[in-house]
Amino acid sequence: MNVFARAAPKKGENFELRADLNSEYKDKRKDAIKRVIANMTVGKDVSGLFPDVLKNMQTEDIEQKKLVYLYLINYAKTQPDLVILAVNTFVKDSDDSNPLIRALAIRTMACIRVEKIIDYLSSPLQKCLHDENPYVRKTAALCVAKLYDLKPELVLENGFLDQLHEMISDSNPMVVANTVTALSDIHVSATSQPSTSSSDPALFTITSAILNKLLIALNECSEWGRVAILSALARYEAQDDKESEHICERVVPQFQHANGSVVLGAVRVIMIHMRGVRREDLTKQLVRKMAPPLVTLLSSPPEVQWVALRNINLLLQKRSDILSNEMRVFFCKYNDPLYVKVEKLDIMVRLANDSNVDALLSELKEYASEVDVDFVRRSIKAIGQAAIKIDSGAERCVNVLLDLIATRVSYVVQEAVVVMKDIFRKYPSTYEGVIPTLCANLEELDEPEAKASLIWIIGEYANKIDNADELLSIFVETFTEESYSVQLQTLTAVVKLFLYKPDTSQAIVQSVLNTATKDCDSPDVRDRAYIYWRLLSTDPGAAKSVVLAHRPPITLPRTTVAPALLNELIGEISSLASVYQKPAETFIGQGRVGIDSVQRKNDLADDRQSTQKALATVAAGQQSENLLDFDDEPASDQPTGLAATQVLQTPAAVNLLQGTSSNPLDDLVSLFGNTSMTPAIAPGIGSANMFGGMGSVGSPVVTPVAQHPLSPAPAPGQQEDLLGLF
Amino acid sequence: MISAFFIFNQKGEVLISRLYRPDVRRSISDVFRIQVISSSDVRSPIVTLGSTSFFHVRINNLYLVAVTKNNANAALVFEFCYRVISIGKSYFGKMDEESVKNNFVLIYELLDEINDFGYPQNSEIDTLKTYITTESIVSSQIAAEESSKITTQATGATSWRRGDVKYKKNEAFVDVVETVNLSMSAKGACTVLRADVDGHIQMRAYLTGTPECKFGLNDKLVIDKSERGAIDAVELDDCRFHQCVRLNEFDSTRTISFVPPDGEFELMTYRATTNVKLPLRVIPTINEIGTTQVSYIVIVKTNFGNKLSATNVVLRIPTPLNTTTVDTKVQNGKAKYVPEENVVIWKIPRVQGGQELSFTATAHLTSMTNRQVWARPPIDVDFQVLMFTSSGLIVRFLKVFEKSNYHSIKWVRYLTKASGSYQIRF
Repeated sequence: MNVFARAAPKKGENFELRADLNSEYKDKRKDAIKRVIANMTVGKDVSGLFPDVLKNMQTEDIEQKKLVYLYLINYAKTQPDLVILAVNTFVKDSDDSNPLIRALAIRTMACIRVEKIIDYLSSPLQKCLHDENPYVRKTAALCVAKLYDLKPELVLENGFLDQLHEMISDSNPMVVANTVTALSDIHVSATSQPSTSSSDPALFTITSAILNKLLIALNECSEWGRVAILSALARYEAQDDKESEHICERVVPQFQHANGSVVLGAVRVIMIHMRGVRREDLTKQLVRKMAPPLVTLLSSPPEVQWVALRNINLLLQKRSDILSNEMRVFFCKYNDPLYVKVEKLDIMVRLANDSNVDALLSELKEYASEVDVDFVRRSIKAIGQAAIKIDSGAERCVNVLLDLIATRVSYVVQEAVVVMKDIFRKYPSTYEGVIPTLCANLEELDEPEAKASLIWIIGEYANKIDNADELLSIFVETFTEESYSVQLQTLTAVVKLFLYKPDTSQAIVQSVLNTATKDCDSPDVRDRAYIYWRLLSTDPGAAKSVVLAHRPPITLPRTTVAPALLNELIGEISSLASVYQKPAETFIGQGRVGIDSVQRKNDLADDRQSTQKALATVAAGQQSENLLDFDDEPASDQPTGLAATQVLQTPAAVNLLQGTSSNPLDDLVSLFGNTSMTPAIAPGIGSANMFGGMGSVGSPVVTPVAQHPLSPAPAPGQQEDLLGLF
Repeated sequence: MISAFFIFNQKGEVLISRLYRPDVRRSISDVFRIQVISSSDVRSPIVTLGSTSFFHVRINNLYLVAVTKNNANAALVFEFCYRVISIGKSYFGKMDEESVKNNFVLIYELLDEINDFGYPQNSEIDTLKTYITTESIVSSQIAAEESSKITTQATGATSWRRGDVKYKKNEAFVDVVETVNLSMSAKGACTVLRADVDGHIQMRAYLTGTPECKFGLNDKLVIDKSERGAIDAVELDDCRFHQCVRLNEFDSTRTISFVPPDGEFELMTYRATTNVKLPLRVIPTINEIGTTQVSYIVIVKTNFGNKLSATNVVLRIPTPLNTTTVDTKVQNGKAKYVPEENVVIWKIPRVQGGQELSFTATAHLTSMTNRQVWARPPIDVDFQVLMFTSSGLIVRFLKVFEKSNYHSIKWVRYLTKASGSYQIRF
């Protein structure tokens, strides 16, 4: 019977259905109910048939009963007065001799969110919580959570909470699991109320007595039950290191479970309780046992794989030793979905070291010839990251990049040029021989970022490139047509050229300063041009020490999230928060993080750290509208703009005056709300700067994405120029 | 947890919609249709809009979508989606638009059973089949007793098995199925970039009563890398078990003991990366001659004893996008150019061990105005080899203990195969 295949509704289809629902033939009635459900699914309004469907509720046929219940769940709200007619059947069913029917009745009743039904729910629920059949008990346990969601005071009045707490000692593991699920659900909804006090009976605190019961039930219940118990275990606070060890030892066998969510749940519990383990050998053993199951998750379906990869990425930031010899398993398969490939790339770079850099490079080179442009670009970026991370492999990386430039595929060349700039930054004056090859591709570049990078290189090595003035004059001629980032770079490069070779480049510097101050419509460019002009005209010596100043070396950030946040996320392994790698507050709940919750956070944790965290959350929350594009550069998980500056305890200028900061750039960069190259941060600056400085995830490569048409994001070279300003 | 579950077809029509929690409304499905199904550029299986997250899995032009409003357990949600797929496959053969439409009542019944208030409940297929059937059940006194038994079992410590199973002939079939993943580079010397084995041990148990089974693999089996001993040992990097296997016992004594579910189930999956024996060697020599021709010489060698044979060998050899015709020459099997996929498919029904086959071809290209570099996707090989395991894993014994002490017959089969992940780059 294919009810979907019916022709477009004739006039009065509901009229026909009503006739059929009231038919004297059983089969006809049942068929009509099915059609009603089909109509409901496709979104047609069949609420008008409520009384007619309801008449069919009293039946011996379980299938029909389920269909009527399904209808009731959907339409009870539209007909609150008529629902009362169903109560009798529900109450009767909840006393049926068949446990399946008893469970069905109680389950459905709690789903019907109508006041009148709820009032009748208490006594059947009371009975079902003590039912002899575990199937009914486990269903009833969840019903308490449903009821709490609707009318918390009813749950408290009837003492259902206490009964749930007793049910943790139930002999049946599934009942225990569902009880834990229900209590946790109630706990979550209670804590999300701003007025909750720590003595609220709805809070589910796991005591050591409960702990033991959970550990026993863990080995016996179903896979989903195990996940529920594991997440309860993750919340438990161990009393001493003995207890932490005990928990870890009991949870470790779950690594071998066939269900990926059980494995990740176990990893989460181990990561949390490992903090309390003092025995070195046990910690080592736990870490070693964690690796194989994580790798096995890579043979799951792509979506599960992706979740696993995102979590592995986090775990590696916390413990880089977990998968140290396993880089090869992260090699991309040709037919992996793109989102999986991108994550694998990131993890491969994390695992790269002296011994495997060759394998990594030949693999990355292979990827650079694939068809997906985005993936190719990321692969090339990864080559640059490998070069920056591994000193001994840098030369081979450069050679691979040169091979790629030789292909003359436009986007490959452009990305390679951008990457080369970072390599020049990290290894100054090492690979100058490459410059001619790069300059040969000057005409092919049409993306601002690539252009800006090449111009930066030319400016940096202006004293060693004979025809630097010719090359730069190409860009000076088209100055007003270029994008702002290119303009800024051109300006600085020309000034550098002038400082290196004052005799030959007087004309070009004049012309560029003229154009930039008179014809340019970006205030940033104009301002910078004025500053240079004044500097050059007052004191060329000072200009030299400012513009040609020594730049701090760049390194690859070891973590993409702040340490405090990382710890929080490790505690949330396998959840959405760990997948997005940002706190849950940013994408759930009431959209914004209110002052109340910020206040509460302050109370809970020690002051300074949590203030920062809360501010970070607020900032991130402001951007939660933009979550759609979370898989682009997830810059939104860092506080940007004003929030970042508020976090700073010492303004950049003070830092400079005191000479404590080797690198005021971070502060300045964070002012612009952009996050780019991450220079080595002096430890003294503190974690506040880390927020601002470590933007683009896993990538030291500059990504000036224009976030707003009016305020262009700072260009790659802006950092050193800003440095020059002071 | 999961607030709602939807199934959409390719066009974005809702085929199934089930709300589990009151925090979302039915109309949320429109948001998904507009933002994901109609959007051409979705690059993640999770999409979060405002505070609502959509987890989707695609199968046969269907979208299975789970909606959450909180910090949900992402792994759990996807595992749940895949469980729905496997339940669907088991109940009506395949999971596609037609079968969903034809069985929508049953699907609603199942969705009601396997998830309550957004939390997954018992989803063991065998158990579900005992009380959710395609025929309608009439509630009567007998049925009540029966359901009482079913429910006790569904929630019991061995929720996967009924107590009253009876067979005249007690048999157990064990199938060891290994999928070889290979990624090989032909540049320079043939180097294996990665080779690993995904193994599955499928079991079909037709055993009376509540049998206690013990399962033994190779004597020199190394399951934990730190225990590495003998050189010729079979090493498994990791293994995972069906929920019937006692994980505690495995963790402490390395024995695999369990009470099996009735019928077919996957006892164990494992992964091996060391000493992987590759059943087929493929040596491609592919040259681009000017801009108008590509020449192919592909040699396939079988790398196992000559009593065994590989069947259903299919090589997919990529050709450039601007290929017009391909002249192929093969001694064995058939080769055919498939323009819509830009590959030459070479099918060989059967190859004995120790043999060597060759394929030569020339692809003729049209000249193109803007010449793009050919991405050279890898050659993909599919095959099956019976009674051969790439990892070297062997089932040593399967012991069945039962109160009545009956005699049982056990059968073991081995199969090594590749489908879609045996790739040779050139």
